[in-house]
Amino acid sequence: MAVNGAQRSIPEPITLNPLFDEFRKQYAWQIRELLFTIRLLRRNPSAVAGFVIIVAMVLMALTAPLLAPYNPIQLSLVDRLNPPCMAHFFGTDELGRDILSRVMYGARISLWIGVVVVLIAGGLGAVIGAVSGYLGKGVDNLIMRVMDVILSFPPLVLAMALAAALGPSLNNAILAVAFVMIPKFARMVRGEALAVKERQFITAARASGAGRFWIVRHHILPNCFSSVIVLGTLILGEAILIAASLSFIGLGAQPPTPEWGAMISVGRKFLMDQWWYATFPGLFILVTVIGFNIFGDALRDVLDPRIRR
Amino acid sequence: MGATLLEIKDLAVQFFTYQGTVRALEGVSLTVQQGEILGLVGETGCGKSVLARCVLRLIADPPGKITAGEIRFKGRDLLKLGRREIRQIRGNEISMIFQEPMSSLNPVFTVGNQMMEVVILHQRVGRDEARRICVDMLRQVKMPDPEQVLAKYPHELSGGMRQRAMIAMELACRPDLLLADEPTTALDVTVQAQVLSILEELTRQSGAAVLFISHDLGVIAQLCDRVAVMYAGHIAEIAPVAELFASPLHPYTSGLLQAIPRIDEGKAALKVIPGAVPGLIDPPRGCRFHPRCGQRLAPCDREVPAFLEPAPGHCVACHLYASGGRG
Repeated sequence: MAVNGAQRSIPEPITLNPLFDEFRKQYAWQIRELLFTIRLLRRNPSAVAGFVIIVAMVLMALTAPLLAPYNPIQLSLVDRLNPPCMAHFFGTDELGRDILSRVMYGARISLWIGVVVVLIAGGLGAVIGAVSGYLGKGVDNLIMRVMDVILSFPPLVLAMALAAALGPSLNNAILAVAFVMIPKFARMVRGEALAVKERQFITAARASGAGRFWIVRHHILPNCFSSVIVLGTLILGEAILIAASLSFIGLGAQPPTPEWGAMISVGRKFLMDQWWYATFPGLFILVTVIGFNIFGDALRDVLDPRIRR
Repeated sequence: MGATLLEIKDLAVQFFTYQGTVRALEGVSLTVQQGEILGLVGETGCGKSVLARCVLRLIADPPGKITAGEIRFKGRDLLKLGRREIRQIRGNEISMIFQEPMSSLNPVFTVGNQMMEVVILHQRVGRDEARRICVDMLRQVKMPDPEQVLAKYPHELSGGMRQRAMIAMELACRPDLLLADEPTTALDVTVQAQVLSILEELTRQSGAAVLFISHDLGVIAQLCDRVAVMYAGHIAEIAPVAELFASPLHPYTSGLLQAIPRIDEGKAALKVIPGAVPGLIDPPRGCRFHPRCGQRLAPCDREVPAFLEPAPGHCVACHLYASGGRG
């Protein structure tokens, strides 16, 4: 029965080596929770779909050197702007490079950008927002006004300025995009923190002697975690796009590097006559972002202890 | 009874709101002896919870502010302690149980996680030792299957179990004083009795004093050694529990006792105290009870009555017992 499927079962003891056993005993609870989370995720169709997409993208990125039919930066002026055919499934670009190969290699760069940006911006933004919301008063005002200043710039313009100031390179572009994304996380987490800090368990924690930073770390942040994950999946797509725009104007990934956004930006010029150029990288961005989004959504539901069983 | 553990002197608390200054507590004095259970009764909004929160300095500032008085705990004035020092006392020497067991636990962590957190924080023990202490405490509050309970999330427990878990958590560090802010109000009657008997047993056993806040006189009568009656931010009367119920001195206390429905008196109408609880932004001058009092005297609307002790251990703030009054 479906209801019984949700019951936890204790994993069968298998003796491998004493060190592993020790580890398993010490973290028995965490292991049980993890197995249970995985089981719940497996019963959730959208989680499975999102997970499959993400895994497919990651696998494609990892195995690009093995699977790509061509060298992604190999010029072949004879084959300029070929439409999709048996030799080039996704066609070729204006320098005769195989778009399929470039898309496969591009997955490495775009996924890396997205993940790193979300980790940096989400981590810093959540901490800043939680501290700001919990401490309130002057600290809150100061932090939030700084965040407002950052938000008042169009994200692309600010990222451009930062990337230009840091010097054109992919890593600097990542830092610039992460910086621009911090306020989005900070504002959301601050809002959540304001709601969470009025709840009674915060007073109860204070009554049992918890300090301010302890409360932020142990009570405020974990309660905001599920929304950070969801926002993270949304930002991931946006980060890939902004980073792509930076690449387009020469501040991100440098020219021969295959990068989805940069490919779209260049392919835009050819969209009328050579539709395949911008369409395939765009399709991959779309599918990747959707994959992260639906997986993030499902993850939020599964991690929320009030919904999970 | 033992020595004085907690002494509150002339405490005044005000809340600064847009509607005006709420004078939530004024001239409140009381003492808690070591190992005793002191009941604190009063209507909703009379300042009981504010008083308890003041002891741990938990009132929100702004809008609240302790404007006068001192709170001496083991001889130290809690109001003068630094942030770090008060944190050492919270949860360790004084702990507090709240009214809503539903919302006093963090929903995203398991019960065990939260209990152990408090123990580790104060007793500087390892995780294994903390776990052992928690299991032991849960066993003492008669929780079935303590190991299992530790691995559960708060929403998986019933209200009574959560409140027992809270009691276990708050007593785990062996505090000298427990502030219980209506701990059983949200529970149904049978569970309430169970939780109360556990609370009494454990605190008597460990010698912890309890400041037990309630608006339920039945609970107070059953549990407490002494009772303090509060009305509109003032203490009206303090007496040993039997004496208070047998011979209440303050007109408010007797009004309160007459307003309890009794099963043996048929369907006679209850005696109600006329009028309503005054707002505390602009409270009545003098004795705050005088507009509703049936035995009003001349000075009642002018002078705040002094705290008198007409019988040993029985204090009352009422002009009726001043030397010039009904003597």
